[in-house]
Amino acid sequence: MATEAANGAEHAEEGGLVFHPMDQFIVKPLFGDGPVGMFTITNVTLWMALTILCIFALLVLGSSSRSLVPGRIQSIAELAYGFIRKMVEDVAGKDALPYFPYIMTLFMFIVFSNFLGLLPGSFTTTSHIGVTAVLAMAVFLTVTILGFVKHGAGFLSLFWISAAPLPLRPILALIEVISYFVRPVSHSIRLAGNMMAGHAVIKVFAAFAPMILISAGIGLVVTPLSIVAITAIYALEMLVAFIQAYVFTILTCVYLKDALHPHH
Amino acid sequence: MEGDVVQMGAYIGAGLACTGMGGAAVGVGHVVGNFLSGALRNPSAAGGQTATMFIGIAFSEALGIFSFLVALLLMFAV
Repeated sequence: MATEAANGAEHAEEGGLVFHPMDQFIVKPLFGDGPVGMFTITNVTLWMALTILCIFALLVLGSSSRSLVPGRIQSIAELAYGFIRKMVEDVAGKDALPYFPYIMTLFMFIVFSNFLGLLPGSFTTTSHIGVTAVLAMAVFLTVTILGFVKHGAGFLSLFWISAAPLPLRPILALIEVISYFVRPVSHSIRLAGNMMAGHAVIKVFAAFAPMILISAGIGLVVTPLSIVAITAIYALEMLVAFIQAYVFTILTCVYLKDALHPHH
Repeated sequence: MEGDVVQMGAYIGAGLACTGMGGAAVGVGHVVGNFLSGALRNPSAAGGQTATMFIGIAFSEALGIFSFLVALLLMFAV
């Protein structure tokens, strides 16, 4: 906290913002001021634990009563389950249903960490490429290994598009191979980039909001405008938090479909 | 007014990299616009294709995110 205040004073002296918009993404230890090591308990650890706790609360409490007429928590849990199950069935096909628990886990984790990150003062774990890269690499490795286990060398026909004319096929194969290996990169950066950019924009407007304390003339215009902007962007971020979780899971389903049915 | 030419170049490059986001914006708008114009002609088929629209958005948005990433790398990693 002391270093944060010092940083703020430094920024303010330079005539810049009182806090840096990227300060909210700093990983720091929860106890003490020591260096962040492999097993240090940081704010990331805390918010990931809270995410897991919330998912646990929703799904376990939701399914514990098993009443015929669902209550509030039970209907939310059933809604989430039905939504993801339908997505897997529609996008990846009926034979992808054995992999439904994995996709459900991914969706719940991402959607909960996105929404917990929207609480003021909280930490968005999915805004770090380190977190999303692990999720995306797990999907990439799962799908690749699954494809080779299910089809053997036949999985490579994913890159050999038999619908295209023969002279074009080697070129298309090259492009397909490149796009296959870019998948985990775009998959992880899309989520992290969206979350990071949105939260940074909110912080930029938050820095303009106390302008009325500095100068009454400009502040009279800037302060209400930036407060309205924060509210609007916050609403947009609620939408983005859900859509990015949806997009992440639906792309996982698409990749899963490629692994199960590599023949075009 | 301190710093050096390399840092100046990095900052200018970061600004220029952000023009790539405009391309992503055009792409996403194109996808959604075409989806809407198709959906309004045949509303009964639209519901089943929402997932396809989101996949299309995600692919074209990824390239905008790449330019954002380049900007961030230039700002904080170079």
